[in-house]
Amino acid sequence: MSTNGKPKYKVIGTRPIRHDGVDKVTGRAKYGADIRLSGLLHGIVLRSPHAHARIIKVDTSRAEALPGVRAVVTAADLPPQGNRMVELGEGAVNMRHLSANVLAHDKVLYKGHAVAAVAADNVHIAEEACKLIDVQYEVLEPVLDVLKAMLPDAPVLNDDVRTDGMGSQAADRPTNVARQIIFTKGDVQAGFAAADVVLEREFRTGTVHQGYIEPHNATAIWNANGKVTVWMSTQGIFTARQQTAELLRIPVADVKVVPMEIGGGFGGKISVYLPPIAAALSKKSGRPVKVIMDRSAVFEATGPTPASYIRVKLGVTRDGKITAGDAYLAYEAGAFPGSPIGPGCMCIFSCYDFPNARVEGYDVCVNKPRSNAYRAPGSTNAAFAIETVIDEICQQLGIDPADFRIKNGAKEGVRRVDGPVYSRIGLLETLDAIKASEHYRSKLSGPNQGRGIASGYWFNIGLKSAVTATVGYDGSVTLIEGSTDIGGSRTSIAMQLAETLGITAEKVTPSVVDTDSVGYTDVTGGSRVTFATGIAAIEAARDIQRQLVVRAAELWEVDPSTVTYVDGGVSGPGGKRMTFEELAHKLPETGGPVIGNGTSGKATQAGAFGTHCVDVEIDPETGKVQIVRYTVAQDVGTAIHPSYVEGQLQGGAVQGIGWALNEEYWYDDKGSMRNATYLDYRIPTCYDVPMIETILVEVPDPQHPYGVRGVGEVPICPPPAAIANAIAAAVGVRMKQLPMSPPRIMSAIWEREAAK
Amino acid sequence: MSGATVREVIDALETIHPGTRDRLCRDGQLRPGLMIAVDSSVASSGMRTRIEHDSEIHFLPAIGGG
Repeated sequence: MSTNGKPKYKVIGTRPIRHDGVDKVTGRAKYGADIRLSGLLHGIVLRSPHAHARIIKVDTSRAEALPGVRAVVTAADLPPQGNRMVELGEGAVNMRHLSANVLAHDKVLYKGHAVAAVAADNVHIAEEACKLIDVQYEVLEPVLDVLKAMLPDAPVLNDDVRTDGMGSQAADRPTNVARQIIFTKGDVQAGFAAADVVLEREFRTGTVHQGYIEPHNATAIWNANGKVTVWMSTQGIFTARQQTAELLRIPVADVKVVPMEIGGGFGGKISVYLPPIAAALSKKSGRPVKVIMDRSAVFEATGPTPASYIRVKLGVTRDGKITAGDAYLAYEAGAFPGSPIGPGCMCIFSCYDFPNARVEGYDVCVNKPRSNAYRAPGSTNAAFAIETVIDEICQQLGIDPADFRIKNGAKEGVRRVDGPVYSRIGLLETLDAIKASEHYRSKLSGPNQGRGIASGYWFNIGLKSAVTATVGYDGSVTLIEGSTDIGGSRTSIAMQLAETLGITAEKVTPSVVDTDSVGYTDVTGGSRVTFATGIAAIEAARDIQRQLVVRAAELWEVDPSTVTYVDGGVSGPGGKRMTFEELAHKLPETGGPVIGNGTSGKATQAGAFGTHCVDVEIDPETGKVQIVRYTVAQDVGTAIHPSYVEGQLQGGAVQGIGWALNEEYWYDDKGSMRNATYLDYRIPTCYDVPMIETILVEVPDPQHPYGVRGVGEVPICPPPAAIANAIAAAVGVRMKQLPMSPPRIMSAIWEREAAK
Repeated sequence: MSGATVREVIDALETIHPGTRDRLCRDGQLRPGLMIAVDSSVASSGMRTRIEHDSEIHFLPAIGGG
């Protein structure tokens, strides 16, 4: 349902069938694994069995001698990177670290770390050849816990990492603590002194994978002319191109990335792992090479979201007004620096008006795979902590948790702890929507049930996009874009173009094309595509409008200044009128094709908020949590295609439910992940969750012509806290560690019973 | 602090608090991992962003997304 019942637009807000729907449901859509090329070789990656070890020697001679093997590569086949940082669209990356993550240099830093790769006539030969590669390791002690990794005597992963504190360096010695962040606002000490209730709690969250169904894949051919073409599943063709080029140290223009359909990404398909390996194997063998990860490799060697330790202290007056907050966050970066500690620190107090606050955060290397983005990276961990503490304080003070949030909630003009002041935002509206919902006002349906709510925030990152739109003589429009389509963005972008031109969405045929065929476009991530690529499409439509005005003026033999584009066509003096389609038919006689171009890169995207309400039922014998009812209310700005918006809210909530209840990397003390399959790493299925109810709160973002806000990431933030609060309401135990699995819940219940 | 652009403000800041520029910049550009917000909006022009006499500038951790 939507809180905005009055349709303002003709196309926006409707639910046309997605343009790629038939291909997807008939199995004709092409994914990375579907690539077939003449002379194609198959690549397999040899991975480290150790979580932390020095590589003494790699001998590939026996593998190279195996019949059917065409090439073997190690890190020695990748060019040295030196000590350089490169801007890769979503931020700067240390290229030495990125290269060492693709193929280990002198050390392996996590189990599954790539050490070598083989290209052979088939995968079976390649697998056999991998077994013939002799790698001698000096096994080192691993460190797998964020707080242990921060201790002075912890094993250090990277000799070149120093603690960076906004440009200052604490000490010139190797450390696992790569970054320190501190934000302060007001007088924290005085704020706590003014509080009637002060509550401090510690939290832990586990390492969690994005859980996309399609594994990473790349097929590369290194042509004799030095040009490299890569077919792959990626969230960003241009960042994939740049990463591949930088890792191979060849010109960006020599790499073409062709996007295949993508079977999920959620932030995990931004970094590259396989394209440089496939390209290096192709260069050596002279043939195209396809490499596909198996599921274990996806878990062990891609980029999960970090485990974390968070401590939150909150001061509140007796009548429920926040006076101060203090937070300490330590996020596991994995093998190389780069956890989302920055956004975590910026988000932890972002839903509320804190007059006084301090946040301290650390980015810490541990012997786990290099962490990567996952839907609102860093924010879910933080929301779990702060939203749980708020609920406990509400319980102590006897205040309705929605009322507390409304009383303290962030709104236009509130300054965040990291400094910026909010423009028009819609957190309070989501709280009002939850409070007014039938769900929140209903009674629980059975015993051992509890209800919890929680809110969450994510920035949305704007960035750059480009599109090209060509008017067909039959009145159709082809739309060329560079945003790989994960959640229906082809149609959402096409709808914005259609709305602006005053035609139907079905008249637009959108295509996602390769890096040689469209202008630079940033990743599909950061909740940016419908906003930024949408603006580019609107600009392209306006470009078309301008050209059509000139064409109509020529046909009517009037001055162009007397012609306007309005309501899906052109109007001129004396009541002259042609629809878009009528004018399109006449383009051949007025100079031929009309091509509109649009870019976006200047608009600053506002953030978005959501509030979730969940009912759970706990099995008192086993500790199993059943989600009985779940409602998401989110400020979506303007819902372009409501079905896709609802889908994002539902998908994000379900991923958050998995994070809350089941998902976690299970490591043994040697740093080996013991649940690297979907049999043992339990993501929710349709059997685990009810229909997720959605309330689309529409508070338009003034930065977008139609008011779009990013919607894809916020919905993963509130679920763990909302569920923890519901568990507390159901069985009276406060869960402070994710996942809230049955054994942990039973332990908490037994501890409470023992304490009585 | 006066200056027509973020870069000029950093230069002015450097004269009062020596070492500030090195903490914010490398090779004349904003250090990797940072972003600039001017008047609470992310500055897409970076150090070249023009500012008003009463503008607020924040140097923040760069954010990506999933």
